[in-house]
Amino acid sequence: MNIIVVGLSHKTATVEIREKVAFSPNQIEKPLRELVALDEILEGVIVSTCNRVEIYATTRDIAGGIARVKRFMAEYHHIPFETLESHLYSYHSEAAIRHVFRVASSLDSMVVGEPQILGQIKTSYGYAAEYKSSGIILNRFLHKAFSVAKRVRTETKIASSAVSVAFAAVELAKKILGNLSDKTVMLIGAGEMCELAAKHFLNSGARGVMVTNRTFERAERLAEEFGGEAVRFEELFQHLHRADIVLSSTGAPHIIIGPKDVEDVVKRRKFKPMFFIDIAVPRDIDPKVDDLENAYLFTVDNLQEIVQANLAQRNLEAEKAEEIISREIGQFFKWLSSLEVTPTIVALRNHFDEIRKAELEKTLSNWKGLPPDAEKRLEALTMAMMNKLLHTPTTVLKKAGQGGRVDLYVDGLRQLFELEAAPEEAEELELEA
Amino acid sequence: MSQIFFYCTLVLYGCATALYLGYLLHTTQGMATWASRLVTAGFVTHSLSTIHRYNAAGYLPITNMHESLSFFSLVIVGAFILFVRKYKIAILGSFILPLALLMIIASSTFPSAVHELNPALKSGWLWVHTTMAFVSYATFTIAFGAAVIYLIQQHFLKKKKFGALFQKLPSLDTLDDINYRCLTIGFPLLTVAIISGAIWAEKAWGTYWSWDPKETWSLITWFIYAALLHGRMTTGWRGKRAALLSIAGFLVMLFTFIGVNMWLPGLHSYNK
Repeated sequence: MNIIVVGLSHKTATVEIREKVAFSPNQIEKPLRELVALDEILEGVIVSTCNRVEIYATTRDIAGGIARVKRFMAEYHHIPFETLESHLYSYHSEAAIRHVFRVASSLDSMVVGEPQILGQIKTSYGYAAEYKSSGIILNRFLHKAFSVAKRVRTETKIASSAVSVAFAAVELAKKILGNLSDKTVMLIGAGEMCELAAKHFLNSGARGVMVTNRTFERAERLAEEFGGEAVRFEELFQHLHRADIVLSSTGAPHIIIGPKDVEDVVKRRKFKPMFFIDIAVPRDIDPKVDDLENAYLFTVDNLQEIVQANLAQRNLEAEKAEEIISREIGQFFKWLSSLEVTPTIVALRNHFDEIRKAELEKTLSNWKGLPPDAEKRLEALTMAMMNKLLHTPTTVLKKAGQGGRVDLYVDGLRQLFELEAAPEEAEELELEA
Repeated sequence: MSQIFFYCTLVLYGCATALYLGYLLHTTQGMATWASRLVTAGFVTHSLSTIHRYNAAGYLPITNMHESLSFFSLVIVGAFILFVRKYKIAILGSFILPLALLMIIASSTFPSAVHELNPALKSGWLWVHTTMAFVSYATFTIAFGAAVIYLIQQHFLKKKKFGALFQKLPSLDTLDDINYRCLTIGFPLLTVAIISGAIWAEKAWGTYWSWDPKETWSLITWFIYAALLHGRMTTGWRGKRAALLSIAGFLVMLFTFIGVNMWLPGLHSYNK
């Protein structure tokens, strides 16, 4: 049985292509059912996020399976096959396992270490399990991928530091203000990064947002979006003392907040510290503000520096993660190979034969005065018993032949008799045949 | 027996200090975990040593330099363990444990023989007066540690240096909070120590206050912390100013405790 992966990601396709092949989670049942109804495909899971669309499947025929899944993606979304194919990558066997482990561990993400992907794969797997499109192999495979991802997360520091400017701002604010739950954010002007940072602050527990803008209507609109409060630009200094975190990015040609203003505000706050981020070019906040005690001013450059350092750190950690993954692949691949029928029958026979020989020896060694041919007869008797006992399971297994059920039997046998996986023997047997 | 435990403690604190200093330089959580285990073990042997000595001598072992330095170290480590448990900042150990180690090393350089208790000290007031003083000193020591970290962390933030140590040090808010907490515990205790001392003095020496050097310096210490507490509560002194005052208070307190004993003879000099 082989695991195959077919898909595309931010590395191989633009967002226009990714949009076209995305599977909506609301209508995931239909493609899942169609996928496993294909002749070549036994089990299937569809992962669809904004950065990647991937199909994990099992097949008897690697080349045929991959080609079929590729065609399926094109046909399902009504895209010319030729257009789609150049963006698709495919992996099988060990490479497929490595790929999925890496994706789940967030090593293949646009931002290495970002935490969402694992949850997205878990959800995708949840649908596949619900609609029974995944079977024994993909179940085990994805659970393994989740545990590998968890190991990577706990054993490396891959996700422990901020790698976006907006998030770095939150981390930095925490180093000054501690817990953000009773802190208020003031947003001066509009700007994508400031709005993003404000969102991050709210997600990290900040209590509320005040928004001010030269155009009051824009402030109102933004305030509504954040569930915050709009402040008239002229009244900025009447409200500034309520803000613990100030994010500024206006298009003003001159400084709007000077050291004297901040000094007054901080005094009014009984010296509770304030955290300023100035994103505007030219600056909105006088750099001298940073010389004041209890006022901390940072620019985008400062944040960028943190992000760069953290990214370098992440790449180091990613190497450790690759090592973990390599070790786990070996283990999983061993299990996967053990699901083959022939080596399982061999292992089962060997297991029975060992018991037979051991018991026979025990009996013979204690039995004095046996007739000369007794030993041979006993040998023949035990052999016959063993063969009869094993006959039915062997034929059932061979008949089950191709299909999902045989994996279930094989796995069950392996577990019931604690048979070791023996892929080398399988190869030998195939050669003989 | 007491001596065996004492030297065990010395070794344990020594190893813990080394680990904590190592933790300052390397990002390995394991180091901090082990350091904290060693500190706990050291605290146990230290307590056992003190209890043995108490049993042997029959009085609270704080009557000479050997005893009081060791006792000071014990209370500092005790307070440290409680604060780390509450605030989860192992890095405090890198600043507090070296102090505790210094105290116990200093203690070991003084003669350790158990001697007859000075009759003037045979009083229940000894317990109240000295334990209150020691516990308040210990909390001020923690405040000192937090203040030093505060200044370092603030330096990083102002100079925009975001290295590994910056990541490891706690937030300014937490450090300032520890400072405040220590103050609100330590200051009332110091007040009780001084008042109980005055009452005891009235009973033993016939006068509440006699401007003996220890009394004078205690009062100076008290004024510094009183000023800090007052400033915090009324005008919102915090952050750097609070940190600097805590450091000043700690240095004066240290002089009150050690310097006065060593160099300024007075009514409190029992350990001749």
